[in-house]
Amino acid sequence: MAQYDLIVIGTGPGGYVCAIRAAQLGMKVGVVEKRATHGGTCLNVGCIPSKALLHASERYAEAEHGFAAMGIKVAPVLDLAAMLAFKDAGVKGNVDGVAYLLKKHKIDHFHGTGRVLGAGKVEVTFINGEKQVVETKAIVIATGSEVMSLPGIAIDEKRILSSTGALSLAEVPKRMVVIGAGYIGLELGSVWSRLGAQVTVIEMLDRVAPGLDGEVAKQLQRTLAKQGIAFRLGTKVAGVDSTGKSLELTLEPAKGGAAETLECDVVLVAVGRVPNTQGLGLAEAGIATDNRGRIAVDDKFATGLPGIYAIGDVIEGPMLAHKAEEEGVAVAESLAGQAGHVDYRTIPSVVYTAPEVASVGKTEEELKAAGVAYKVGKFPFTANGRAKVNRTTEGFVKILADATTDRVLGVHIIGADAGTMIAEAVTLMAFGGSAEDLARICHAHPTLNEAVKEAALAVDKRPIHM
Amino acid sequence: MATEIRVPSLGESVVEATVGQWFKQAGDAVAADEPLVELETDKVTVEVPAPASGVLAEIAVKQGDTVAVGAVLGTIGDGAAMPEAAAPVRTPAPPTGPKKLEREPSPRHEIGMEEMPPSPAARKLLVESDLGAGEVTGSGRRGQVLKDDVTKAAEALRTRERKEKAPPPARAPIASGDAAREERVRMSRLRQTIAKRLKEAQDTAAMLTTFNDVDMSAVMRLRSEHRDAFEKRHGVKLGFMGFFVKAAAQALKDVPAVNAEIDGEDIVYKNYYHIGIAVGTERGLVVPVLRDADRKSLAEIESAIADFGVRARSGKLSLEELQGGTFTISNGGIYGSLLSTPILNAPQSGILGMHRIEERAVVRDGAIVARPMMYLALSYDHRLVDGREAVTFLVHVKEALEDPKRLAVDF
Repeated sequence: MAQYDLIVIGTGPGGYVCAIRAAQLGMKVGVVEKRATHGGTCLNVGCIPSKALLHASERYAEAEHGFAAMGIKVAPVLDLAAMLAFKDAGVKGNVDGVAYLLKKHKIDHFHGTGRVLGAGKVEVTFINGEKQVVETKAIVIATGSEVMSLPGIAIDEKRILSSTGALSLAEVPKRMVVIGAGYIGLELGSVWSRLGAQVTVIEMLDRVAPGLDGEVAKQLQRTLAKQGIAFRLGTKVAGVDSTGKSLELTLEPAKGGAAETLECDVVLVAVGRVPNTQGLGLAEAGIATDNRGRIAVDDKFATGLPGIYAIGDVIEGPMLAHKAEEEGVAVAESLAGQAGHVDYRTIPSVVYTAPEVASVGKTEEELKAAGVAYKVGKFPFTANGRAKVNRTTEGFVKILADATTDRVLGVHIIGADAGTMIAEAVTLMAFGGSAEDLARICHAHPTLNEAVKEAALAVDKRPIHM
Repeated sequence: MATEIRVPSLGESVVEATVGQWFKQAGDAVAADEPLVELETDKVTVEVPAPASGVLAEIAVKQGDTVAVGAVLGTIGDGAAMPEAAAPVRTPAPPTGPKKLEREPSPRHEIGMEEMPPSPAARKLLVESDLGAGEVTGSGRRGQVLKDDVTKAAEALRTRERKEKAPPPARAPIASGDAAREERVRMSRLRQTIAKRLKEAQDTAAMLTTFNDVDMSAVMRLRSEHRDAFEKRHGVKLGFMGFFVKAAAQALKDVPAVNAEIDGEDIVYKNYYHIGIAVGTERGLVVPVLRDADRKSLAEIESAIADFGVRARSGKLSLEELQGGTFTISNGGIYGSLLSTPILNAPQSGILGMHRIEERAVVRDGAIVARPMMYLALSYDHRLVDGREAVTFLVHVKEALEDPKRLAVDF
């Protein structure tokens, strides 16, 4: 008799959600977590702390630059230690919340690292070094991802930082270089830029935020540049010399050419993340990984070994907490005999800069490449009443719809609160709705969301407020 | 060269079988066509012969496994390359490297262009209810299938299925002292099939039974007069079954509805008379079919029945011999039954029940006399057989048996 119906290795958003859903479905569940707290990268050193700093720094910047126009006169003073404490309190509130939820669902916690011995067997090495083999009917590997490092650039978390270190700098650096213009680099670059650092973002590709709709990415770059962030696109970092007082970076054009140097005080390496599968015993157990180290799974998230599943950042797909959560729920439901399923066409992604960028579905570039005939409807926030009075007129909503069926294929928003606004587009797309459906749904006035409705009307070339 | 041993075609509607006993062990030398393993199906037990001579290199399935038609049961290796004495017993090697996925990862990012997908909750429910989107009428905007639509369609489907197969009630708890004195035996495939089919017949047909009795004096007299000569000439005993088969075949011609079946909204009248003879075996009931019974002589019928009996008990009947019956005769008399109401062998519409023969007081020409009497029962599907037809059928059987000359003269 197996002790457990399910053992989940890793309690990030994928793992803990999977565990809770399985417990809801009546399974006896245990989780293995090596961190002192639950929530994985996302809650401890990812989404949540970065959002705390983004929120606080945005308020700071607003107090500095925006309040006066609304008749509020202040001269903000930064207390960085207090801001970091505010962030830590936010993190604690969230990780304690997960611990409470796991307890509430009577989920056992093994504090240690998990190793898959084979079908139905997980070896836990506790923090004190003791080992225990736990028997279970099913195993879900949800060990997430870790920072990808660049060859020759050793992260010390003092001057050469990963995203983790960039969440806890003791003082605002004078000059900061961010390597990688993905969402992590842009978000954390924004934080320190708002707090006073001179930030330069270096990106090998000739655009920021690869994966975003090109038009949106361009607008984002323009806006961030206006906020004071410098961009060096098409450039790669050949090396970092950390012997001197300042760090000296060697930059090379990605296409080849003369190298130059750039001095700075801290470097943030934000070039991506890699699946965290070390020490899981995958190869010994006979679980296949692909050329990028991701665990190969079928459409039910099953690995090649019976009863062993993998979800989240360790498998194919965008490394997003909410994608992992959906997969966790799908696996738990499949294990309970239900039809667990994830609709990968409607996974939104959000960049929490100011303005935010949120998108779901296909970009215009992807539709072009796929040869799909589409219509575009766009509406700028400058024409939205609420955005005008809020002084958040930067950005626009862009809707891409099938030229024949009018079905919405992609929605891209750059603007204040875009991450919240995208939800209605995701809902519509999950139901396979058309642009006209969206245009015929009543939107409250005055809200920013009216811009979504107007963009839907613009697909049919009949926006009211343009 | 290794030759694979595969599950052979097992006849119409049989897609899987349970692996029975292996007659050979891995490493044994086998000759081509030598029986290797037994497969138990819904209908019969078949032996799988060796497809080639050589050495049984690998046994891939064990007793009790369920296998599909075409599945690999094992392999036969080259006898020369693998001498019997040195033949290693091969077991499947434990996986050493990463195993290939059974299913290829599905593409996750395709652009969905289908016109109007079911709503997310409806989609999940569709899969779980075993319904296709096309089977549910959508009530959403532009005909989208919504959760409520699937819930209703699934409920309707369940109601339909409930009628067909109600879930078995949970077994009532028993006293703990008795539990130890019980024996739990898994139903064989044959038994499960019998159970299912009998219950289906009861649930489908409007089944009822009509009775009559027959005075067996004439048949018994005929039999005792000619028994020895018959046996000498044909090498088979002259029993009662032959007379009943002949009488039934003739009565079926007189009353075609009893030989018909319902197919959807049609009635199919069959102008051939394949009569199944129920044979009890240790493993359960099997019903081999006597094809064109109306055209067979008494001797042919008797010898066929005798042969069926022997082979039924050893499980050697072929699938073809168990299929295609149009009517069935069941003889409970051999076990001493006085009277019974047999259950139809679906989709047939009639089954004749024979019972024991015993001396009973009957009135003939105003006097009470003792006669060897047998009760006859005809269970029939009232959906297509009228009471008048059922009674007429049984009366014709009775008349033919009471005056066997009719069988010869055919009137």
